[in-house]
Amino acid sequence: MRYETGIAQGTGTDLAVLKPINVADYRIDELLFARWLASCPWWTPFAVFCVIACYPLMAHAQSTFTSADAFAALWKWMPFLLWSGFVFNVLISVFAMLIGTFAGVVLGLAQVSPNAIMQRLAWFITQLFRNSPWLVLLFIVLLALPFEIEVFGKIVRIPDWMKGVFGLSLPIMANISEIVRGAIQSVPSAQWEAAESLAFNRRQILWQIILPQCYKRMLPPWMNWYAILTMATPLCSLLGIEEIITLSRQAMEAEDNHPELLVPFFGFALVMFFIYCYPIARLTIKLEKRFAVKL
Amino acid sequence: MTWTSETPILSIQNVHKSFGDLQVLKGVSLDVMKGEVICIIGPSGSGKSTLIRCVNGLNDIQSGSIKVKGTEVHDKHLDKLELRRNVGMVFQQYNLFPHKTAIENIMMAPIKVLKQPKEEVRQKAMELLRKVRLEGKEESYPGELSGGQQQRVAIARSLAMNPEIMLFDEVTAALDPETVKEVLVTIRELAEDGMTCVLVTHEMGFAKEVADHIYFTDKGVIVEHGPPKTFFNNASDPRTREFLGQIL
Repeated sequence: MRYETGIAQGTGTDLAVLKPINVADYRIDELLFARWLASCPWWTPFAVFCVIACYPLMAHAQSTFTSADAFAALWKWMPFLLWSGFVFNVLISVFAMLIGTFAGVVLGLAQVSPNAIMQRLAWFITQLFRNSPWLVLLFIVLLALPFEIEVFGKIVRIPDWMKGVFGLSLPIMANISEIVRGAIQSVPSAQWEAAESLAFNRRQILWQIILPQCYKRMLPPWMNWYAILTMATPLCSLLGIEEIITLSRQAMEAEDNHPELLVPFFGFALVMFFIYCYPIARLTIKLEKRFAVKL
Repeated sequence: MTWTSETPILSIQNVHKSFGDLQVLKGVSLDVMKGEVICIIGPSGSGKSTLIRCVNGLNDIQSGSIKVKGTEVHDKHLDKLELRRNVGMVFQQYNLFPHKTAIENIMMAPIKVLKQPKEEVRQKAMELLRKVRLEGKEESYPGELSGGQQQRVAIARSLAMNPEIMLFDEVTAALDPETVKEVLVTIRELAEDGMTCVLVTHEMGFAKEVADHIYFTDKGVIVEHGPPKTFFNNASDPRTREFLGQIL
């Protein structure tokens, strides 16, 4: 038999073959956190609680302060931790998200600006805050902002929690900026051309044609960042802001700092965060799947 | 400015265009009179699409001149929006706005750009939909329409701006054979109504039928041009003959 290139003896070919690549395996998952959280079964906090509830029995069995006493103390403090503590965490996250989203949209639009200087500057700010440790940002804001300002001749105190909100909104701003930039650039350039040929100006194209196509793409990653932000609010306890972790420590101190208190109290905080963020993560993944089909 | 109907409505003179080192147009000239239909044909990569994209300023040119109604298109001080109100364009991939219904696609530009009253625009849009034979589809989203239907909505969308020249950039190239016809019928009716049309196309039969003048481009220059009869029957240049031989 005569040999020919491309046709091997028997079956197949002797030419180099490019095997199919599954792009999904190599893509960075922007919803990593939400996907992980949403993949937990709903009974996760109960399982965690059961495991940690056994901890003081083994470690401190000889103490007179039993774990039953610890849970009784937690029961007593629970309403306080919930309404004065956790609700405040939620408030901080909502305000930080509002400010971060607003600033992030402005920054993201600047990142696609035709003005090169503006675009570079927005890119730099985005990268700076996106890649800085959150705690460092929080401390910088705490120390850099004055503790009071003068408005119309009146001295107004800036409360620490407001600084916490501002500090947390910075990394959120930078990440929202990237979401906005990515979404705008994912709209095919043919949409710009079609709109240009209909005599729309740049501002009209952006607001009436491009951005409306972006909302669906932006919603899941935006919610993902909200869940991450909420989980990060305990960082504020390091600034002395009275949120759930700060109050838990104060409550434990009031109960004579028994080591048995540690696990129930912080376990409670963990469960609260799970209960709040889990539905958000589930919804995020659900929306992502729904929007992915339609395009 | 000083444009009268005796002078060409579109005049392209010695246009050069390159993308980096790649020269796409090497001195193209052509004139189109008001109401004329011209077809530009030629092998892929010969610069046909680039040429008509230059006409409404989507691409800029390195040298030469393109005049629409006597106004230079590539003047830095030109109001591009004004130009684009006079020149409509239809694309190969339709490029409808996916978040808007068919009628919203048509109404958007007249309302937002020309600031015409909404009710008037709606009436006109319904008329245009009737014209492209899509009554009853006004509330459909582009994703719910076939390729041919989307392309006809795109044509109606361009017409809603009352352009004086329509540019068609291979508008049937992405369609399946059965739907090509419905789009071509729409374009032919437009031509019969006296619209000035510039078509880049691979539909030789259609070009033969509707065009007043045919231009054949190859490697960035116009190799040959003439009225369809002489062009298709007595092509003189060997490149044209070779191309027509492959296609027909």
